[in-house]
Amino acid sequence: MALPEKQPVDKKFIDPAAVKQSISKRLVVNRFTKSIFLMGLLFGLVVLAVLITGVLRDGIGYLSLDFLQNFPSRRPERAGIYPALMGSIWLMVMIIPMIFLIGVGSAIYLEEYAKKGRMTSFIEVNISNLAGVPSIVFGLLGLTFFVRNMSLGSTLISGALTLGLMSLPVVIVSSQEAIRAVPQAMRHASLALGASKWQTTYKVVLPASLPGIITGIILSVSRAIGETAPLIMVGAAIFIARAPSGFFSEFTALPIQIYNWTSRPQEEFQYLASAGIIVLMVILIAMNSVAIWIRNKYSKRY
Amino acid sequence: MNSQTNGSVRELIKKNRQKKHSVKNVMERIMPIVLFMCAFVSVVTTIGIILTLVLETEHFFEKVPFSQFFGSTNWYPLNSQPEYGIWPLVVGTLEITVIAMLVAVPIGLTSAIYLSEYASDKMRRILKPILEILAGVPTIVFGFFALTYVTPFLEKLIPGLAIYNALSPGIVVGIMIIPMIASISEDAMSSVPKKIRDGALALGSTRLEVATKVVVPAALSGIIASIVLGISRAIGETMIVTIAGGSNPTAAIDPLEPVQTMTAYIVQVALGDAGYGTVEYYSIYAVGTLLFVFTLAMNLLANWITRRFREEY
Repeated sequence: MALPEKQPVDKKFIDPAAVKQSISKRLVVNRFTKSIFLMGLLFGLVVLAVLITGVLRDGIGYLSLDFLQNFPSRRPERAGIYPALMGSIWLMVMIIPMIFLIGVGSAIYLEEYAKKGRMTSFIEVNISNLAGVPSIVFGLLGLTFFVRNMSLGSTLISGALTLGLMSLPVVIVSSQEAIRAVPQAMRHASLALGASKWQTTYKVVLPASLPGIITGIILSVSRAIGETAPLIMVGAAIFIARAPSGFFSEFTALPIQIYNWTSRPQEEFQYLASAGIIVLMVILIAMNSVAIWIRNKYSKRY
Repeated sequence: MNSQTNGSVRELIKKNRQKKHSVKNVMERIMPIVLFMCAFVSVVTTIGIILTLVLETEHFFEKVPFSQFFGSTNWYPLNSQPEYGIWPLVVGTLEITVIAMLVAVPIGLTSAIYLSEYASDKMRRILKPILEILAGVPTIVFGFFALTYVTPFLEKLIPGLAIYNALSPGIVVGIMIIPMIASISEDAMSSVPKKIRDGALALGSTRLEVATKVVVPAALSGIIASIVLGISRAIGETMIVTIAGGSNPTAAIDPLEPVQTMTAYIVQVALGDAGYGTVEYYSIYAVGTLLFVFTLAMNLLANWITRRFREEY
């Protein structure tokens, strides 16, 4: 085979003009699509801004101390949100200890005690699938199991148990992450000093992971408080003239009251719904701010 | 250390070991069991959901034949001669889902690409929390938004739009899903190593070419998983479609007309006065079972995609 002829050294393999033309065209396309991508991102923000300003504009006029203290009424100017507000606060107070104990207990078991095996991976797969079950299906569970089978009726306790079970998977996963972030060295140090497994877990791991756990719990409670469908399923009252007085009283909640007002045709009730949304959103934003504050103040990087 | 203290520490440990029934030792044995029971609550919940759905759905099928449920295209639970054909509800649900994904996928993905490939650190720190706020807005608020803002807005653009229609809740369900698709996809894209990006840039690619030809293909499993999870969310979404979608179960596909989804039907019956034990009451469990199966299938599919096609670096 003949060797190829030796190329002259000064032959240009790259044509600078062609490169320049190609790259400048591609840069223009790049800049153009960049602004399209940015527009996609801004779309969400614009929607959020429209939503917030719209709700504020319509609802702020109806917001007053009376609105917070009055009972719902057929006459919009006298209607208030008191029973719904109290219902939501009751629910919150009942859900928090429940998901704290069971959620953190599960997370500790899975992270500290469980041996890697079929049972553990079964529980973990189960939790991740449970997190994807629509809230209305939890509502069906609550209706059948708590309201009917256990004869708890359409009461606060049925609603709280249903919402609690619904929030549990998220609480477990976020607590697991918080516990996993505690460095192994701290556990070893505690064990080396003669502490038992439970002592180590209770006095070393748990305090170190508590900020993360609490943040996760606040975030999932704020999710639960905004849920409507499961409460409709367990039969939260659409119209009620009393604030709840105990675990076994009938109740309504903020989202239910907002839904009630939204589904009425008169314009005034839409404004009431806006005012209700402001109250709900203020509660949720306050809770989220506390969660973020705890995360920033107490979380340590190891 | 002298032998004196050494001895006493040893004594102490020995004495401690002998106390079999001390509080400490009892805790040591009880806590693992208590904690296991906590972890088992979630398994019991799953069993509870499946048992509830299966048992009550069985009651439904004692009264309504299987062939009617899956064969008929009429859903008339309130007629004097009620007919329970699931298709209208499935069509309504899919209609909403398709509209939602048409909104959520392009916007969610472009947001993710911008955040992971173009945005500066500072910009990302501001923009990501705002998307998280959008993700935290309760669905009831989105439902209100669909009915009182989006529908009137669309009415101006599309004359002849019914007050209750599939288009408006579909779009709003899509908006609700944007943050989810954006954040999961962004996570997947961010986990593509910088080395690969730098390699492509060094070969003379523009940012766009890096994004579309390198990062997106490498993160494809995460992106597809986020879309599948988004579909699952759209199928299970309840309040937005209940408020703005109407209650008209129809197998005809027309986004400008009222529809009814599976979830909206369940809410409608729960708010109505269907007596306990009636066929109508049991029908919500049959619909609920189908809903559960759909969303579970989507979630399992998303899990499988992330496990099966994950690129390891």
